[in-house]
Amino acid sequence: MSIPEGLQYAKSHEWVRVEDGVATVGITEHAQEELGDVVFVELPEKGASFSAGDTFGTIESVKAVSDLYAPVGGEVVEVNDALNDTPESVNEDPYGEGWIIRMQVSEEGEDLLSAGEYEKFLEEEG
Amino acid sequence: MSSTELRRTPLYEEHRSLGARLVDFAGYEMPVQYEGIKAEHGAVREQAGLFDVSHMGEAVFRGPNAEKAVQRLVTRDVSRQEAGQAGYCAVCYESGGTVDDVIVYKRPEDFLVVVNASNREKDLEHFRANTRDLDVEIVDESDDWALLALQGPEAESILRQFTDEDLSTIKPFRFVEGKIGGAPAIISRTGYTGEDGFELYLRPDDAPGLWRGLVEAGATPAGLGARDTLRLEAGMCLYGNELNPEITPLEAGIGFAVHLNKEEEFIGQAALQEEKEHGLKKKLVGFKLEGRGIARHGHPVLLEGKRAGEVTSGTMSPTLNEAIGLALVAPGVEDRLDVEIRGRTVPARTVPVPFYKRGKR
Repeated sequence: MSIPEGLQYAKSHEWVRVEDGVATVGITEHAQEELGDVVFVELPEKGASFSAGDTFGTIESVKAVSDLYAPVGGEVVEVNDALNDTPESVNEDPYGEGWIIRMQVSEEGEDLLSAGEYEKFLEEEG
Repeated sequence: MSSTELRRTPLYEEHRSLGARLVDFAGYEMPVQYEGIKAEHGAVREQAGLFDVSHMGEAVFRGPNAEKAVQRLVTRDVSRQEAGQAGYCAVCYESGGTVDDVIVYKRPEDFLVVVNASNREKDLEHFRANTRDLDVEIVDESDDWALLALQGPEAESILRQFTDEDLSTIKPFRFVEGKIGGAPAIISRTGYTGEDGFELYLRPDDAPGLWRGLVEAGATPAGLGARDTLRLEAGMCLYGNELNPEITPLEAGIGFAVHLNKEEEFIGQAALQEEKEHGLKKKLVGFKLEGRGIARHGHPVLLEGKRAGEVTSGTMSPTLNEAIGLALVAPGVEDRLDVEIRGRTVPARTVPVPFYKRGKR
């Protein structure tokens, strides 16, 4: 199970990487495994604003639909349009090509976990 | 997850060792997927997939009035069925609503009726309650049978390695009682995927060995997830989605399995006859979404902004790579409809069912 160091993790299984005030958000290796083959990602509009904890989109596998939660608050400055054609990137490269949105951070996330804490959280949950 | 109360099929250990994701399905701990639904779906369309469907129920009708009892309970005219022939049909209430959809196997001495796992107890009760006046014994043999479905264009060539039966002579919806790997089996050319293939009824103890053999011979283990996308592409009904006590088989588009001129009338025949004469109040249509998204069971169908029905099943079709679905709609719906997906209205066009039809080989 890949849980890269240096990212922060939400208990709802999103990861976030903040660089120069911009947060890149995706779902974790664990989340994509649980979902199975991802076939559709409903992305927000660029310019939309979300508070930390808000639903910002949905992700669908063949069988399941899951909400996506914003780990931090802010405005969406970029969405990964490539997922419209290749949603399977979320399965194949959840921390890379499978990123979902970028947000200008205006509100820090609460209860975000470090890689070690997230790993422990998964063990306790599973 | 507590699994203490879930039932297990004879193939449970095989699923575990293959790393299947197991879920509660109709009270059974069943594999929903092994490697992934898309890969398993593709294997069935291109080569061969192997499903454990041992959770299905089997009811045997024996005795002097066995045929009379089955005739009364199912929509198909089983008097026209020969021994060795299997028939898909519905079981109805007097109202015409659907109790279950089943397969009736006519054997020389009796009838084997295969029912959905989730309906097993309800069905058995319905069968017995409505045949008390007849000299028939109805035996629940569900726990006495394992059921493997080997499906796909390579099913016959794979199965040929395990049996001396001449499989090429078993036509669709025909079956033989023979042997596979030396063990007694019913070999039935039926399935739920839209592909050629077989359903194999075995004694529970014989199932794991055959399962392992078929996998070694090249069949890809496939779970209930792929089974659902395959059947939907093939336009086949799923009880609980396209069929339920409020939906008649005519509305669900399986009129081909309903014989309204049966001499021995079936329960619900009068209601269905009347429905046919007066026109259906709702009908099942296939559709493809033209906007982005995936329609799912329960999503509202709209026509010019007004509620006109409901999606019964929907998925992203792995074969077509399009969002497809079935919907139960008001008679006015023709070429177009809209699906409301989490508050968003997504346009769709109706299309003929099945969505996928296998090519001739």
